Amino acid sequence: MRLSPDEILFWQHGYFKLNATILFTWGVMLLLAVGSKLVTRKLSTDLNRTRWQNLLEIVVTAIMKQIEEVGLRHPEKYIGFLGTLFLFVGTAALCTVIPGYEPPTGSLSTTAALALCVFVAVPLFGIEDQGVSGYLKSYIEPTVVMLPFNIISEISRTLALAVRLFGNMMSGAMIIGILLSITPFIFPIVMTLLGLLTGMVQAYIFSILAAVYIAAATRARKKVDVGEEKTESVK
Amino acid sequence: MLIDWFTVIAQTLNFLILVWLMKRFLYKPILHAIDQREKLIAKELADAAATQSDAQKERDEFQHKNMAFDQQRAALMSKATDEAKAERQRLLDEARKAADDLSAKRLESLRNDVRNMNQDITLRTQQEVFAISRKVLTDLADTSLEKSILERFIDKLKTSKGEEKDQLTAAIKVTRNPVIVRTGFDLSAELSATTERSIKDTFGIENQIRFETAPDLIGGIELVTDGHKLSWSIADYLKSMENGIAELLDDKSKSEADVEPAPEAKHGD
Repeated sequence: MRLSPDEILFWQHGYFKLNATILFTWGVMLLLAVGSKLVTRKLSTDLNRTRWQNLLEIVVTAIMKQIEEVGLRHPEKYIGFLGTLFLFVGTAALCTVIPGYEPPTGSLSTTAALALCVFVAVPLFGIEDQGVSGYLKSYIEPTVVMLPFNIISEISRTLALAVRLFGNMMSGAMIIGILLSITPFIFPIVMTLLGLLTGMVQAYIFSILAAVYIAAATRARKKVDVGEEKTESVK
Repeated sequence: MLIDWFTVIAQTLNFLILVWLMKRFLYKPILHAIDQREKLIAKELADAAATQSDAQKERDEFQHKNMAFDQQRAALMSKATDEAKAERQRLLDEARKAADDLSAKRLESLRNDVRNMNQDITLRTQQEVFAISRKVLTDLADTSLEKSILERFIDKLKTSKGEEKDQLTAAIKVTRNPVIVRTGFDLSAELSATTERSIKDTFGIENQIRFETAPDLIGGIELVTDGHKLSWSIADYLKSMENGIAELLDDKSKSEADVEPAPEAKHGD
């Protein structure tokens, strides 16, 4: 029994290889990119628009709203990263309805790659927002004693991100695989539906957590802003 | 081993590529479209608000104008009514005045007619009287009357004095033309001789005397030389009487014209 689509190899040349994870990822990428391109090819800016444009607008505005609710003030700056996280994980989960498809997020390599991206993106956004010193200062708050704990927290939450998504997606596929061998009728379908739900929930959780981390990295600056506003109002 | 590091690197690259693709094909165009639409809606709302306010303004203006128009119309109406009343009064007055004038004229012309008729009657009467007188005297002028008339004329020649006679005498003495004696009837040879002698004696001349007959000299005689004349006739009396009566009639008509305008003063109210 295999735990990851990484193990399905199509081609290998030394260190380079083409496994099911990469292949399905390309498929999902192709689907998203081509779908977006087709819909946004002829966007209308007036009051009449196509159903597909409507759908995409709903999706994009919903993501923007979520990012804003987390506490990031300029969602258009973060939507490229956070939105793509959500769409990729979500689409990878939704595609499980296609027979023979293995979700690339069911591979710990993929989730680790995504978690690494978040791990890198958080300090980048933090530094962009409040400068290197400002960002680094957030590690020794409230006291210098907290520095190791902050670093541990940073690493452990990245690990948790990767493992949580992997565990959920892998378990979904695994359960269906097991159920198919026990009760081949009806139950696998129910579980697939459940898998779709958990996949969407995981996509939401993953992107929201990433948003929260970014928000936390830019929070120090926000506190200063709020303080300034208060002093201004007092004046 | 669950983690394949090559796959991790490949997936990281894949994800970054996907981020770029999504930014390029999804977020930017969609957000741009939304922004454009929001701008459009905002613009249309602003336009609608502007249009509404314009419409409101125009409606207010229209109502204001309507009210002003109504007032103006009422004012014009009352003015027109007043003018019409005034015009009516004026026309009535004019018509009344014209009627008064016309009746006055008619009265005047009637009076003139009456006056003319009176004059005509008077003139006719006068002419008739003179005609009758002439007829009577013509009928009466017989030889005995002629004789007495001639005697009367010779007597007048003899008794006449003053400038008239002197001038006539001078004229007769100077002229070489014959002295003409006109009578209204044929003189007998005896009477002619008597008359010629009397004239020659009276003026002391030897001029030739020529006798002519002029029937319009009713019972009269006249002595004519170059530009001078001495006459006596009943027609002269009649003529002077006719002149006297004509003068009298003229005076009377003038005095009537002066008195008549008085009764017309009461018209015109």
